[in-house]
Amino acid sequence: MATESDIPTQRQPRRGGIVRAFNESITDLGSFAIDVIVSLGDMTRFAWRTIVWMFTRLPRRDTMFASMYQIGVLSLPVIAITGTFIGMVLAVQSYNQFRAFGLETQLGGAINKSMFRELGPVLAATMLAGRVGSAMAAELGTMRVTEQIDALASMGTNPIQHLVVPRFLSCLLMIPSLTIMAVFMGVMGGFLYCTTVLNIDYYHYWDNAKKYAENWDLFYGVIKSVFFGATIGMVSCYRGFHCQPGAEGVGQAATKAFVLSFVIIIALDLFLSIMLDAVYQAIWPISPVTLM
Amino acid sequence: MATEPILQVEALHVQFGRQVVLRNISMDIPRGQTLAIIGESGCGKTVLLKTIIGLIQPQQGHVTFDGQVMEKLAPKELARERLRFGFVFQNAALFDSMTVAQNIMFPLRQHRTNSRGQQEQEMLAHLAEVGLPTSVLEKRPAELSGGMRKRVGLARALVMQPEVLLYDEPTTGLDPIVSDVINELMIRTRDRYSVTSIIVTHDMKTARKVADRVVMLYPISRLDADEPQIIFDGSPAEIDVTRDRRVSQFVRGEAGDRLMETRQSQAIEEIS
Repeated sequence: MATESDIPTQRQPRRGGIVRAFNESITDLGSFAIDVIVSLGDMTRFAWRTIVWMFTRLPRRDTMFASMYQIGVLSLPVIAITGTFIGMVLAVQSYNQFRAFGLETQLGGAINKSMFRELGPVLAATMLAGRVGSAMAAELGTMRVTEQIDALASMGTNPIQHLVVPRFLSCLLMIPSLTIMAVFMGVMGGFLYCTTVLNIDYYHYWDNAKKYAENWDLFYGVIKSVFFGATIGMVSCYRGFHCQPGAEGVGQAATKAFVLSFVIIIALDLFLSIMLDAVYQAIWPISPVTLM
Repeated sequence: MATEPILQVEALHVQFGRQVVLRNISMDIPRGQTLAIIGESGCGKTVLLKTIIGLIQPQQGHVTFDGQVMEKLAPKELARERLRFGFVFQNAALFDSMTVAQNIMFPLRQHRTNSRGQQEQEMLAHLAEVGLPTSVLEKRPAELSGGMRKRVGLARALVMQPEVLLYDEPTTGLDPIVSDVINELMIRTRDRYSVTSIIVTHDMKTARKVADRVVMLYPISRLDADEPQIIFDGSPAEIDVTRDRRVSQFVRGEAGDRLMETRQSQAIEEIS
């Protein structure tokens, strides 16, 4: 038991300034590295358990539909609006450069290609991470803090199977449609701005757009979006499940879910772009578009 | 009431990081017994309860339930064994996205194959048993008072007809009258279903009224390395006459030397 003699009566002076500071920083660096490795291992195990449960037992239909409605249907308006504006912004930003070379009618190709390959999937994923990922992390975090996840486990229900699998699957299944919606609205936004505000002839606009944007480009964007959806679902659920106690912990879980998802999405975007371009080159070494 | 133990806790050791919460805890809980685990905040009562049902994995030791070591069970077997337990959480832990009716029927919908009508009948029977009107069925947990939430939690725990009921602070945060209603419900449940009950509580009134046996845990930080963490194990009557100063201090609710410690820590803070 702690006795009075255990309690220091006055503050002890610090010794060995530089050596001590060096040791402490090495220790801090070491514990940071250990924490990162432990978190990575933990997250991998979490992802593995989710995937195993996904194939072991499908979620109940009502749980799945509720989750798909929340993630997919309710995200449509915001994705449609932001997609439209992104298409218009692209037109505004590119117009002067294209006009300098007398290529304004080719704006459609640039806008559509950008929307199909990059902006559509990344925009849909960012909006989903912000709107749905944070909400999922906060919801699961609250369930963790208020012992609802423990309650599920105590009733013989696996929390990963019941809570994570439907959310993960919904992100995975809904994000391609959301991406297609973002792309469509972006293309329409760009088209409307170019033809109505910038007075570009719509026939030539579409004619050039068709030359540059192919089915492959849409497929390229959709493939990326599936990886982005999986990232959002997994990261958000993991953050929620590992939420620290209290209101602050829930807030942090929501913020970390968004930030981590976003960083991974951007990093994945680079690697997927390199990989998909390599695939394209392997399948169509000399394509009509490359020649143009 | 000494019968074969339904639960055996053997040399349990639980720690989070470097903080040891439970050290060498051993006890047998006979079938049908109502055990109250008391002790000050942070002494590991809830951790013990969660370790018993396998929500927390101990670093050492094990829990044997009806002859099966819980830590050695495969996840599916553990999930099946958990259906033989009912857990009433401190704040009820009701699913706030569901109504009261959905909360009570949740375990039935997950694990039973009988018709929805039969499940509703079972749900209504348990709702009546905990003394709640049918008008609460469509309400969400946030719309209920603390006492009502606890009763819904108890109904949900009872719906699978468990053999062991675990209560985590069942009367905390409730007024004395509602606390007594919960105490009466615990007694009625025990008598009607002959369940084994483990009640984690600070409330000596609950321990005296409901329990057959009282175990008191003491915080590890206040113990020497060789001191046992269980500082009392006996009947509710014995706890009032114990000579252990730590136990009598808790039972009487007196701060004693803790007040001095608080003043000392304040003084240290001021110096540093």
